[in-house]
Amino acid sequence: MQAPSHQAGPGAVRPAAVTARGWGWRHAGRPRPAVHGLDLDIAPGERVLLLGPSGAGKSTLLHALAGVLGDANDDGEAGDSDESGSLLVEGASPRGQRGHAGLMQQDPETQVVLSRVGDDVAFGAENLAVPRDAIWTRVHEALDDVGLSHLPLDHPTSALSGGQKQRLALAGILAMRPGLILLDEPTANLDPAGVLEVRDAVARCLDKTGATLVVVEHRVSVWKDLVDRIVVLQPGSASDPAVLLDGPPDQVLSEARTMLMAAGVWVPGYVPATRARAAVPAAGTGNLLLAAEKLAVSRERPHRSGFRRIPPVPVQEDITAQVRSGQALAVVGPNGAGKSTFALTLAGLLEPVAGTVSATTDLSRGAGIDPYKWKAEQLIERVGTVFQEPEHQFVTGNVLDELLFGPRHLGHGEERVDELLERLRLTALVDANPYTLSGGEKRRLSVATVLAASPQVLVLDEPTFGQDANTWAELASFLSELLDAGTAVVSVTHDAEFTAALGGAELRMAAAERVAP
Amino acid sequence: MRQQLNLRGNHALLTRANPLSKVAAVVLITVVLALSIDWVSASVALFFEFLLFPLAGLTLTLLWQRGWPLILAAAVGGWSTSILAADSGRTLIDVGIWTMSEGSLETGIGFMLRGLAIALPAVLLMSCTDPTDLADALAQKARLPHRFVLGTLAAMRLVGLMAEEWQTIGMARRARGVGSRGTIVQRVKATLGQSFGLLVQAIRRASRLAVTMEARGFGGGTRTWARESTYSLLDAWVLAGGLLVAGLAVAAALSAGTWNMVWLGS
Repeated sequence: MQAPSHQAGPGAVRPAAVTARGWGWRHAGRPRPAVHGLDLDIAPGERVLLLGPSGAGKSTLLHALAGVLGDANDDGEAGDSDESGSLLVEGASPRGQRGHAGLMQQDPETQVVLSRVGDDVAFGAENLAVPRDAIWTRVHEALDDVGLSHLPLDHPTSALSGGQKQRLALAGILAMRPGLILLDEPTANLDPAGVLEVRDAVARCLDKTGATLVVVEHRVSVWKDLVDRIVVLQPGSASDPAVLLDGPPDQVLSEARTMLMAAGVWVPGYVPATRARAAVPAAGTGNLLLAAEKLAVSRERPHRSGFRRIPPVPVQEDITAQVRSGQALAVVGPNGAGKSTFALTLAGLLEPVAGTVSATTDLSRGAGIDPYKWKAEQLIERVGTVFQEPEHQFVTGNVLDELLFGPRHLGHGEERVDELLERLRLTALVDANPYTLSGGEKRRLSVATVLAASPQVLVLDEPTFGQDANTWAELASFLSELLDAGTAVVSVTHDAEFTAALGGAELRMAAAERVAP
Repeated sequence: MRQQLNLRGNHALLTRANPLSKVAAVVLITVVLALSIDWVSASVALFFEFLLFPLAGLTLTLLWQRGWPLILAAAVGGWSTSILAADSGRTLIDVGIWTMSEGSLETGIGFMLRGLAIALPAVLLMSCTDPTDLADALAQKARLPHRFVLGTLAAMRLVGLMAEEWQTIGMARRARGVGSRGTIVQRVKATLGQSFGLLVQAIRRASRLAVTMEARGFGGGTRTWARESTYSLLDAWVLAGGLLVAGLAVAAALSAGTWNMVWLGS
């Protein structure tokens, strides 16, 4: 059997055209359509950046173009979701056209299918029934195009960094020779170096193949110079068209700058205004609350080799840091340097491999010097930790219970909940299930739940990752208020603007030595 | 755990054999040993299994690291059998209700050796077989449906991730005030909550992975295989080796008169 992508000649990519006419989609079980009345033409080889507020149906459109939307059964029909109008890739429905479009999603871990680099790239080509010899030619070529050709084909995919995983996913897509490349926030989970790595690999591949590109991303500056056109979508309704604006990047950005900023889009050169600190206290002032001495950290526990107990190899050693009330401490450095691991150890969640984390009496208030040994109830009213993934911290079925959870356990502090709901704009959502909230709402909720226990130290792990500009500004302003009120804030972040907005000291960690390239 | 699923660095001879022939040899030995509780057949099989270690790239240290729960289980099983089995012959130990006699000690040792001899081939198989190669062989040679085989293979990769996620969720919940320390009831409750959190994350990850696979054309009728699963002369040797070990074990036990079919009783 010949794969569809072969029809234009062996291995040639035929850039795909996209046509939408009054297209709409309602997900099964949802009252309102995710996309309604979409009219859009994308010419073969065009590169389009899709923008719009959350809920505008950007991901839905990308999934539809990739032919993976809805619970399609084997006949290629949708389940009890609703489709209206038409959406065509190369004049045909994308569903059932395997390999015409390649899709990359946000979470690098789920973009890898197999455990060896070469096998993973080959996976798509195998599914398109490409002959064996041709597959390996394509694999080598694709790895070369994304800059991973230095890796042996049996290199374990689990040893790759986030940016490398996304480039590997791109190679897997390229090996299918698709005419349409779809990227759904491909760099939202990556550090700044990883973002550029992936962006540049995409640019090289597009220049080479001429494939059509549709990318969804909040951070406009990353993709602006690579695309020919920006399309702004808005949540569909019966009266408004789904496409709000459509044109060359510079034109759209200048026409709609204010509107995009209001929608929380990171337009180039825009740093949202945040509340200024009343006065940034001088370094070394404020009550000392927590101190790390010669700390060595690792996520791994000591493992047993037979009966022997072997301590883990630390990712970072010799860390000395102080946390003081009313002071911000930003933990910065490249990925893999052990920043999060350090923060979690400081927060009493991981056991130090060597060295100490000690609480002063101002913080411990009789609970003992070592935060790792504190009971959970003792911990939360002293050190609160906000994890990178809000969902990891949800423990109840609705927003109100989620906020009341800490105070109920402690037996005090329930009066603070209303204020937090109000302050973090969650009042209208009190009955909602935390898992159903939008990304920005989840982030605000996770910060509110930890603060409900009134900790003196707040530790945040990448709080601004993947957040839109509005949530970003709210978060930074709120934290600056907390700092002025005397809370100590430790944040692990790659976000230089965020660090600047909070002020305070910086703890820079060097990259740990790694075996993998 | 994720590293253990990858055979990188192991270039031993048996890594090149087809996984199916290795599975067949292991099944053969295991079935024969399961037929009889006697120490002769078990020790003969064990002896040959130890000889096979270098061929599978396994060392005693690696064996202990990967297989110590099995080894301990076999030892404990042997000990309790020798105490509890029907007594015969001279009594060696007599402490109240626990007695160990020559007969029961022999049964116990037989039990332990048999446990080891049955467990070792599986450890050997795992140390020289890459899951991807096994999947290739199951789909191409054993003709199992490729959607099922590849789906399972992709899901296995997520198992390692889930182990990391379990740790993260545990910490994230402690940061919310859910204690994983305390009384047994509190611990059970905390573990149940953590399991639910993990389940939610596992389902989300799995559905995203499913989208990734579908977007790469997975699930169609025909597919080709980048890696061809082949049989070679080595596989004949592997099968012959399995037959030989099983055969020698039975022959030795029969000639020593210890062959003792489990269902016939003793």
